[in-house]
Amino acid sequence: MNAASETGSTNIMSKALREAAFAGAIAFGMFLLFVGIETYQDIDNRLVWRTRWGLLAIFVIIAAVGRFVTVGFIRPHIDRRKLAKAKSGVLEISEEKGFFHRHFLKIALIALLIYPPMSVMLFGPQGSLKYVDNFGIQILIYVMLAWGLNIVVGLAGLLDLGYVAFYAVGAYSYALLSSYFGLSFWVLLPLAGILAAMWGVILGFPVLRLRGDYLAIVTLAFGEIIRLVLLNWTDVTKGTFGISGIAKASVFGIWSFNVGAPDYFPKALGLATSSAWYKIFLFYVILALCMLTAYVTIRLRRMPIGRAWEALREDEIACRSLGINTVTTKLTAFATGAMFGGFAGSFFATRQGFVSPESFVFLESAVILAIVVLGGMGSLTGIAIAAVVMVGGTELLREMEFLKLIFGPDFTPELYRMLLFGLAMIIVMLFKPRGFVGSRQPTAFLKQRKAVSGSFTKEGHG
Amino acid sequence: MTFGTDMMTSNTTGDTLLKVEHLSMKFGGLMAINDLSFEARRGEITALIGPNGAGKTTVFNCITGFYKPTMGMITLRQRDGKEHLLERLNDFEITKSAKVARTFQNIRLFSGLTVLENLLVAQHNALMKASGYTILGLLGLPAYRNAAKAAIDKASYWLEKAELIDRADDPAGDLPYGAQRRLEIARAMCTGPELLCLDEPAAGLNPRESAALNTLLYAIRDEGVSILLIEHDMSVVMEISDHVVVLEYGQKISDGTPDHVKNDPKVIAAYLGVEDDEVEEVIAVELEGGDH
Repeated sequence: MNAASETGSTNIMSKALREAAFAGAIAFGMFLLFVGIETYQDIDNRLVWRTRWGLLAIFVIIAAVGRFVTVGFIRPHIDRRKLAKAKSGVLEISEEKGFFHRHFLKIALIALLIYPPMSVMLFGPQGSLKYVDNFGIQILIYVMLAWGLNIVVGLAGLLDLGYVAFYAVGAYSYALLSSYFGLSFWVLLPLAGILAAMWGVILGFPVLRLRGDYLAIVTLAFGEIIRLVLLNWTDVTKGTFGISGIAKASVFGIWSFNVGAPDYFPKALGLATSSAWYKIFLFYVILALCMLTAYVTIRLRRMPIGRAWEALREDEIACRSLGINTVTTKLTAFATGAMFGGFAGSFFATRQGFVSPESFVFLESAVILAIVVLGGMGSLTGIAIAAVVMVGGTELLREMEFLKLIFGPDFTPELYRMLLFGLAMIIVMLFKPRGFVGSRQPTAFLKQRKAVSGSFTKEGHG
Repeated sequence: MTFGTDMMTSNTTGDTLLKVEHLSMKFGGLMAINDLSFEARRGEITALIGPNGAGKTTVFNCITGFYKPTMGMITLRQRDGKEHLLERLNDFEITKSAKVARTFQNIRLFSGLTVLENLLVAQHNALMKASGYTILGLLGLPAYRNAAKAAIDKASYWLEKAELIDRADDPAGDLPYGAQRRLEIARAMCTGPELLCLDEPAAGLNPRESAALNTLLYAIRDEGVSILLIEHDMSVVMEISDHVVVLEYGQKISDGTPDHVKNDPKVIAAYLGVEDDEVEEVIAVELEGGDH
């Protein structure tokens, strides 16, 4: 017994050494040109190169040691623990969930509600700006956009790479109609949603017969068309200059946030003049919009139309054989998703006070889609978590001043945003290929609500 | 408790339900169906048989609107006397208004939805109306809640019949093969059809599953729903069908009761061929098997 385990461990050690050497060799091959050699300009502006063997050695050593530890210690440890659990008869998947797990949504909602007052208390009105605006509002906008896109991609299974177009339609609807006609935010918010939904239908019609890759390409083109129109129709949209001085939202038309106006809202509450109050107000507005999106999505999933969307994702031909009109089903999915994009867009315009076509580039669509995929298609909770991680994470990078101490004063963490974004995606997809929440909650049940494992659900073919 | 359709009244039994006249379907130069005419009567199980490539599935796809026939007329006469020309309707309208439901040769379930949800999706049109095309339902009016409850009752009625009630909350993709076949039929029944078209329902089933399927088919016929089925398994065809239509190379070669068809020299020739002795033996055994 003892001898056997000894030979087993020597086996593991020799295997770990072998794999470590192999990983080191791969790392050497991969990083030789990227890290080992550096090009730079000398004083005469000539491009010259120098070697960085030390750094390359560090990379190779990290790879080799990491592999050695993984194969030699971490994996056997995990295996032993699994074996011990299996022997003691405790099931790996336990049905009992912790208090935090069960009440996650309530806790999250309460935390969001008290978040702005908390940050004002901790950092003062001016200090809270960063937390409420940069983190709170920014993340919630993406949560809302991702939840809107989730209807199209996650539920109906229609891959839409041009979602940012509807965001742009919403933002420009508000910007233009408020500056040309002076309409208020609360009138234009629903109007922006309706206009975006209309564009959703307009996009939906020509792409109805397309599936999969073809659909993705056409929606991508649609997104670019909208952006290019906004860029070149200078008479109306002022092109690259964008539209500035967009009116602020008011408190339902009763109080305003224009400093010095007689109905200045903070004055009514007896607060000091600060732009922080406006941001806090906006925070609650976008929170309410997010809740509306979640409520509508949850309700729609239990309605025949929502079930038809999910059925469409699973099998379109079977849908038609059951008498479901797939044309209207797809169009409603596009329109509903676009409507929430439009809401978010008009909110974005009033928050920034400025819109330009630069805010609506393809990268935005890609980020929103990445959030939906990372969160687990169809899952609201997973998508919200993904939005916090992705958007919050990139915002957090700006705060990483201490990294300058390690990497030198020239290091600007924001520049590594996309690199880390990609890295995070790869890691999540390796360990959670179906996103943070891979399972699907059924919309109806007879005896017991059981989550459907992600291995059964399909991603849709267009 | 009858949820499917009302029990048939005796005076409508034996009526022509589906009438296919001079149906032709051409794919490029290939004549898949050539001037085919047959009828399916109400309350009966009509079987469409024939060797591989005879055009059986093509006939099905024409009837259910997945193909537009090159020529011909397909008339469906509903219980209330309303007539539909199926070749003019879209595929989803054929299920929705003409009340013809179908299953597929390779099962097409919504595998990521639960068994119950599969049956609820099938009641889409009825629920859509009850929810006021989503708008009233979104407001949470009781009318939709009642309709949703009735839909679950109808689903559990068919789950009972298909012996799937214990697995109602499991994902459809998790069911064994035979159960998936029965679920697909139950799902088609939830659309409330008058004619149910089954494309090789017994393919790949073991004898026990085959028996369960037959029970389900009889239950469906007793509800007053007529069945049109394609089948390769002769024992199933001869046992359950009331009326058999035999196709070969897109043409009808025989039409009548199982006994009549079995003894038709044309059918025997089509199935046995003339030279190939091996096939002859196998088919002969199969036809024998149909006797008991």
